[in-house]
Amino acid sequence: MGALTIKNVCKSYGPTDVLKGVNIDIQAGEFLILVGPSGCGKSTLLNMIAGLDGITSGEIQIDGRVVNNLPPKDRDIAMVFQSYALYPNMDIRRNISFGLEIRKVPKSEQDRIVNEVSSMLQIDQLLDRKPSQLSGGQRQRVAMGRALARKPALYLFDEPLSNLDAKLRVDMRTEIKMLHQRLKTTIVYVTHDQIEAMTLADKIAVMKGGIVQQFGSPRQLYDEPANMFVAGFMGSPSMNFIPCKVVSMGNETGVEIDGGAGTFKLPVRSNQLKSSEGQEVMLGIRPEKVTHKIESHLENSDFHLAKCRVSINEPTGPDTNIFIHMNGAKVVCRSTPDSAKDPGEEMEMMFDLSKMVFFDPKTEERLA
Amino acid sequence: MSSFSADTPHSSSVMGRIFIYGILLIVAGYFLLPLLVMVFTSVKSMEEIRTGSLISIPTSITFDAWSKAWSSACTGVECSGLSGYFWNSVWLVTPTVSISTFLGALNGYVLTKWNFKGADVFFSMLLIGCFIPFQVILLPMARTLGFLGLAGTTTGLIMVHIIYGLAFTTLFFRNFYVSIPNELVRAAQIDGAGFFMIFWKIMLPLSIPIIVVSVIWQFTQIWNDFLFGVVFSAGESQPITVALNNLVNTSTGVKEYNVDMAAAIIAALPTLFVYVVAGKYFVRGLTAGAVKG
Repeated sequence: MGALTIKNVCKSYGPTDVLKGVNIDIQAGEFLILVGPSGCGKSTLLNMIAGLDGITSGEIQIDGRVVNNLPPKDRDIAMVFQSYALYPNMDIRRNISFGLEIRKVPKSEQDRIVNEVSSMLQIDQLLDRKPSQLSGGQRQRVAMGRALARKPALYLFDEPLSNLDAKLRVDMRTEIKMLHQRLKTTIVYVTHDQIEAMTLADKIAVMKGGIVQQFGSPRQLYDEPANMFVAGFMGSPSMNFIPCKVVSMGNETGVEIDGGAGTFKLPVRSNQLKSSEGQEVMLGIRPEKVTHKIESHLENSDFHLAKCRVSINEPTGPDTNIFIHMNGAKVVCRSTPDSAKDPGEEMEMMFDLSKMVFFDPKTEERLA
Repeated sequence: MSSFSADTPHSSSVMGRIFIYGILLIVAGYFLLPLLVMVFTSVKSMEEIRTGSLISIPTSITFDAWSKAWSSACTGVECSGLSGYFWNSVWLVTPTVSISTFLGALNGYVLTKWNFKGADVFFSMLLIGCFIPFQVILLPMARTLGFLGLAGTTTGLIMVHIIYGLAFTTLFFRNFYVSIPNELVRAAQIDGAGFFMIFWKIMLPLSIPIIVVSVIWQFTQIWNDFLFGVVFSAGESQPITVALNNLVNTSTGVKEYNVDMAAAIIAALPTLFVYVVAGKYFVRGLTAGAVKG
């Protein structure tokens, strides 16, 4: 039995369906991330898990217990809000202990928990201040401390890092990950930032239009995206999509590509396209899978060399992004600064055939 | 350009300052003059009032008129001064201000944080209450009070003021609570707090600035009210405004201007007091409440 089970949950406000049959199941100790563009229903889903919002149909279980009709306080959850939602009239100590106070935890026990939590989050010297006297990062810690104090079955995070500046966000991200590894708590975390999702999650649910597009481990989502939306959403720079035609290559199948320096064919490793010769498909390949020539890979039959014409190159420091037009689509490739060629020149590119994925250009669903 | 304006604004800003302060002084003097006349007249003897001019500085100061206004001036047939009516007003204002402010806070809290079906319609209807003139509700209210057996009682008057004030206090609190993030309430809900716990422990402590506004408004309205007082109360239970009117309009004997003035000042003092005291809290409340949720 999972720590959190969401069965066929739907939510509609009047005629608008916000969630259309969501199914998610995670085990105790897992870190689940709900990610998607704004308006995809991820925050609504989180509020429904918290009990702040009712569900139209379906079932939510926390720790094996159906909580559909339970108020938030009886669901054994704690939540960290985007705006932190610290009580402005209380000092930090009371902010953390307020939930314990309401639950009639003895005063000595409250003090012990507050001290434990605050030293863990390094906010012990702030306990007598008011929230208004803290910086954004400190408020963030207090908000987490308030959630940690109660030791619930499930922690909910609603875009907790989106109000912090870029540097602090990266630091806090690492800290949340460390905290999770240490405490082995079950966490549901909402974000629109796919990097946060990739770095933190054990399981990711990519959502769009009230539907879970794909649910799986970060690795699965990255390498085996279920459709073009997931493929494009996860990863930065995002996956390249090249429209191309399936052709025969002797006893193999392949796709034909014009990279500005003559057409070439790339063999397809999957058997799924065998019978689709002549069809138009969408080839998806990540930037780091189209590179400069790497000598050590030359022996490996999964790597394929082809000449292309460079349109633009963008040095980022460690890498140089090469832009090449392939079959009219702009394709980003990753190369070392040394091997990058200038715009207009021809460059030999190395394709990792094992990481190519194919989509139906109409339904955008994965073919192979 | 910057070197240009660096030295010129200095002299012109001094001139500007003089001009502004000059205007302010004149305007302040203009507004203070009536009060000054009242204070001067109230400490003069009748002899001096008859012989001197209206704005002349009193030659000898006497508080006889004040004590007469307080304890022995005639308001109609009764000759016991304003003291009794003053306390009437205090007993009227204290419960009305506190109850209407409290209910307004509760209304605002429900309207903003516990949205129910039809809340907007309810609020708009309540808002209409702010625009209904006193005169319009006199007759219906008189009938209602009669029906409830409260006609001519202080309780009846208290009820009228609470009901009439509720539209305003609700509006104040509702608009204030709209700016308090809903996440605060949600966080408290998850922490396990219920409806009234959130109200007492989270919302009310944040509401000090608006409580002060509401108290000032309600206090001024109700203390200064004449119409409801004269219509819905009788005899002994009348508020000070009605008594003041009776005192000034009593037409037996000499017109004692010094007593009238002293009585008028006595009637106005509590509102002045509330402004001075609460005004300070108001500023303090504003700075203390300047917290992003």
